[in-house]
Order: sequence, then C-alpha cells, then structure tokens
Amino acid sequence: MLPVFPEVTLFVQCMVDAMAPEAAMGMVRLFDRLGIATSFPEDQTCCGQPAFNAGYRTASRKSAMHFIQVFENAECIVCPSGSCVAMVRHHYLELFADDPHWLARAKKVGGNIFELTEFLVDVLHISDVGAAYQGTVTYHDSCHLLRSLGVGRQPRELLSHVRGLTLVEMAQSDRCCGFGGTFSIKYPDISTALVADKVERILETGADTVVGCDMGCLLNIEGYLTRMGHPVTVKHIAELLAP
Amino acid sequence: MDDPFTTEKYTAKSRQAISDKRLQGALADVQARLGPATQTMYSAQPEGAGIRQQAHEIRQRCIENLDILLEALADKVTGNGGQVFFANDAEEAVSCCLAVAKKHGVKTVVKGKSMVTEEVGLNQALEAEGVDVAETDLGEYIIQLAGEKPSHIIAPAIHKTREQVGQLFAEKLGIDYTADPAALTQAARAVLREKFLAADMGITGCNLACAQTGHITTVSNEGNIRMTSTLPRVHVAFMGMERVVATLKDHDILFRLLSSGAAAQKLGGYVSYVGGPGPEDYPDGPVAFHLIIIDNGRSRMLADPAFREMLCCIRCSACLNVCPVYGKIGGHAYGSPYSGPVGAVVTPLLAGLNRAQDLCFGETLCGACKQACPVDIDLPRMLRELRFRLAEGDETWSATPVSKPEKFAMDTFAWFTSHPAAYRAALFSASRMQALVYAKEGPIRQLPGPLAGWTRSRTLRKISSRPFRSQWKSRKQPS
Repeated sequence: MLPVFPEVTLFVQCMVDAMAPEAAMGMVRLFDRLGIATSFPEDQTCCGQPAFNAGYRTASRKSAMHFIQVFENAECIVCPSGSCVAMVRHHYLELFADDPHWLARAKKVGGNIFELTEFLVDVLHISDVGAAYQGTVTYHDSCHLLRSLGVGRQPRELLSHVRGLTLVEMAQSDRCCGFGGTFSIKYPDISTALVADKVERILETGADTVVGCDMGCLLNIEGYLTRMGHPVTVKHIAELLAP
Repeated sequence: MDDPFTTEKYTAKSRQAISDKRLQGALADVQARLGPATQTMYSAQPEGAGIRQQAHEIRQRCIENLDILLEALADKVTGNGGQVFFANDAEEAVSCCLAVAKKHGVKTVVKGKSMVTEEVGLNQALEAEGVDVAETDLGEYIIQLAGEKPSHIIAPAIHKTREQVGQLFAEKLGIDYTADPAALTQAARAVLREKFLAADMGITGCNLACAQTGHITTVSNEGNIRMTSTLPRVHVAFMGMERVVATLKDHDILFRLLSSGAAAQKLGGYVSYVGGPGPEDYPDGPVAFHLIIIDNGRSRMLADPAFREMLCCIRCSACLNVCPVYGKIGGHAYGSPYSGPVGAVVTPLLAGLNRAQDLCFGETLCGACKQACPVDIDLPRMLRELRFRLAEGDETWSATPVSKPEKFAMDTFAWFTSHPAAYRAALFSASRMQALVYAKEGPIRQLPGPLAGWTRSRTLRKISSRPFRSQWKSRKQPS
C-alpha cells in the first residue's frame, strides 16, 4: 500500500521548465500512473540557487522568500533536481540564519521538499515504476544530489527495475562534470577540461544513453557530447521512467 | 614583486597545466592512488566512520581555547629550555629566525618541508643574508634546485617528471643523466648527507603540537626532518598558531588522521616529538630550540565565526587528492604554497579576498573536499561565504564588490523571480526572441557576450517553444 498523500506539489526547477519540459512532463505522467494527484503552483519561479552560489545573497533571499511564500502551505513538494532541493533543504538555513521569522518558515518548507528519486524510493517505497527502455544506460552522480542529499542508491534502484535497460557504471561516476553554475561560464577552460573527462568516462562504458537527476549537469554533458559529435543520448531520469 | 594572483595568471597557468599531458597524467595518478585509499583508511580506524566528525569537534574545541593552549604549550617548551616567539606576521617570523641565525653564527641551514616557511618567504630572506639553505625533502630539494614553487602540499614536485629531474640533476649536481628514481634519490642523498653533517641550523615546520606535553610533532617518510631537527646545533621550528591540540589523546586521533589524509598511511614513516633542546648530558640533539608561532592573518580568521572553522585544518592535503579542479589545473595556478580546496579558502583569507578572488570563484562547489577532509571541514560552505563577501563587499575583510554587471544581472533575475507574472512573460518572450536569433533546428552554437565561454566547447539547448508551464496548462487531466 502506498502512503496516502492528498497531493504532490510540483516544483519544476527553472532550467527544467524552460529547457527540459519533457523531464517535468515525465514526472507528471509518472505520478498520474501511480495514482498520485499533482498540482503546480503557477507563481513558482526559481529557488535562488544561482545567485546564492555566486555570492549574491541579497538577490538570492528575494527569490527564496518568493519560493517560501509559494510553497509554504504545500505538504509535500517534489522536484526533479537534487541541487534545488539541497538549496531549499540546507542552504535556506544559511541564507536566513540571521532572520528568525524567515528561518522558521524556511525550515518548514525545507522539511517538506523531496528530490524525485528520493521521494519515489525512500518515501513511497517504490523501486519499480513499470517503465521500459531499450538501451544501455550509464548514470552520472550529480554532486549536490549525492553529497548534500545522500542520493545515489535511489536512482540506481529505479533504473535497475526498468525493463530492457542495461545499467553500466562509468568510472568515477561521482566526479564533478564541471558545470558548477556560473563557474562554467567564468572559467570555461577548467570547466571544459572537466566535462571532457566526464564524457571520456561515459564513452568508455559504451552506453548509448547517459542519465542523471540534475538538468544543469546534463546540459553541460549534452553540450559537450553534441559539439564533439558523439551519438550518446542524454536523458533526465524522469523522461526514462515515464516515456 | 609580481602579484601571483591576477585573473590573467590564474587563467594562463590553468590553461598551461590543462594542456600539459604529462602533468595531467601525474595529477590523475596521484588522485587515483590517494583519493580512494584515504577514504578506506578513515573507515578502517577503530573509532569507525564517525572519526572525522569526532576529530572536527576536537579541533573546534582547540580553536575555541587557542589562547590557553598556546600559553600552556609555550610554558612547557620554555620549561624544557626552549624559546618561544609569537610572530604577528611574516616579517616578524622571518626576522626572529634571522636573529637566531645571527646569534649562533649560522652559515648553513638544512630544512624539512614546511609550507608555513613558504608562506612567510623564509628561504629568500635567509639567502639574502648570505646563509646557505638546503631543502632536504626530496621533492622540495628538486624544486629548490629548479628554482620553482611547490605544487602540492605533501608532494611538492609532483609537476616534474623523472626525466625532468634527471636533466636537472645532471645540470646542477654534475652527475651523468639518468631517469632512474633510485639512482636520482641516491644522488640527492649523497649531496644532502654532507649538508646535514655540516649544517649549523635545522629548520622544520610542525605538523601538530600538544599543550599537555609541550611538544611539537614532525612527520616525514624520508627521515629528513628528524635529521634536520637533531643533527645541527640549533633547531628552529615554525608553527602556524592553529596547530596545537589540548591533550595527548586528542593528538593521537588527529595524528592518525593526518597520516591517513596525507598519504593513506596508518602512520608516517618517521615521527618525532620535540619538546626542547637536547639535555646537557645528552650526546646529541641541538643545544638550542626555538619555536616560532605564527599568526600572519590567522587571528582574523579566528575573529570571524564564518571562517574560524578554517583553523581546524591540519594541512594534510587530502582535499587536493580528490578535487576535480586541482586535478586539472595543478598547484601553481593557485599562486600560493596552499593549493587545492584548502588553498582556495585559506589563500584569499591570508592574501586578501579581492586579490585572490579567482581561487574561490574557480571551484565547482562539488563537495568532494568536505568528504575527503579528515577533520570534516566544510570547505564548500566557506567558499560560498567568501563569494558572498566578494559579491556584496565586506568591511571586516576590506572586500569590495567584484562585479557591477554581475550584481546587476543577479538583482534583475531576483526581481523577475519575485514577480511571477513578469517572470512568465520574460520566459515566453525569451523563447520567442531566441527563435528569431538562432537557426530553427538544433542547439545554440554561439552564445553572446559573457556567456560565450560556454559555447567555446559546448552547444546549449534552446529554451523550449513550449516550456513546462504551458504544457501543464493544456495537459489532459487523468481520469
């Protein structure tokens, strides 16, 4: 039996909303299939992570306050991005450390937000979503998802139950792909050297598809693969779990 | 002197390192060898995996009581016949050492590897006074001969291949060229043995100090530090003021972790506890022992609760061995003896935030360093904190805002994110604008202005003509 949730409130990371809507649609189809109602507060924007990581806390607080206002009455927020969840769950506490009023509100929201795979496996206890995918897949561990949220086992568990899918681990799957937000634009040489290594590890596996849970990393990997002309498909895990 | 911290230098040295295939191989090799092995060593400790957090608490306690511990240490060392000097800055530390050298008529010095002496620029100062200085750690000896700077905290010559060392030794030591590591080591050993026996003064760093016993601890795998501290008449030890721990029990845990973090060892090969000069009735040991305890900006870290945690660092370099950025750009790009994640935090704090800003912006915040740290220091948190002070300016650190255009961009973005109707309108108009600017099919190949860095090596997906929020509106509700 699934735990009874009145509703899952979707937080669709700004990057997914704008550039990878099919990932969020996958997530919606997935919940439809599981019989879980979803809602999407249309006033949602961005959690404030880009500004926070770049040091602009005043700007970040503005986005964060808006996020809190939009989501504070949601009982269960699910997001297809590990780094945004880490931002809301952990870094809002840093951001509002000196503001008890907002800190309390941030804590409440932070306690109710889950990354998609974490939600499926740890909260709903589902590791087989009934998906099928013909292909050899390798999985990239996104840094904040793995190290801030401790999520690495969950996506693999979900992938291992996808029919027709062969999971091949790449070497150093937990090594940073070199995205790092504004880092990738400010220090393109270093960022490129890192993504080149990542792509080499991906190609070594012979996989036809690389999967991850964070769109930032995936856009970075995809951008390099495309520029180099490597025919490897890049997919957000939600696309693969509910095609 | 040239400023080692300009953006141009950071970029140029990074680029140079990335295109140096041999260096890339050496960095990948040391990271593959030490990174995973270090993790295994931590979990093999009898205290279990929680030892890093336990050690963090121990270090925090030490730092909170630093004044008391340093006084206790100084009292003990003085009681044992040693002399202790507190140096406020690099200049004071160096002139103290020069005064000791002058007093004892020192002409030749042997040194154990010590990053804090690199920090204060000791070698140059001694050499300027006509003192002959010989580094005795093999790696440090190599870079001293080459006139270079260390590029790794515990493997300072990692950027040099054995062929390069062979050429260097042939040229500087007059031996026949060989690239055989054993033969090269023997050659260095023959020279250094004479240096040890002739030296008037030995200078070492200090890996840890213990207030309870009043000793400093040095560790090496070559035995050179012990020879440095015991053979010459005078021993001068340089110590960053944060290196002290309260009790021998605390020392034990930290020392094990230091060995694990530094070299994936249970214990370093040669460990010495030094509490003062050799007693009068002893046949060996120095007649004089001086401990120079250095502040040089550490009090400022202590005074700022956001950066106090940095003083927990025991400079083991475990973070260098896992850092993806260090693994690509090597040590020299950091422009300081402290490279890698530790350098990215500590160097701006020591040298000035604005001056060394690229070090903290030039990291990906991946968090591997925190996981590798034997005392669980939250380096990513401090990197973000430094960025915050730099982005918005900070009086206590005399930091001025780094970029007006970036601040404007972030403020504008924040305004849109808190005005949802405007945000939606901006999203849809960006999607339409893009269709006018770029070709219909395929990803973006060339981004404008400051974003161009991305498309130098990558394409970028376009903003969808139907962002999720519009697809959500028109979706069929499940029955």
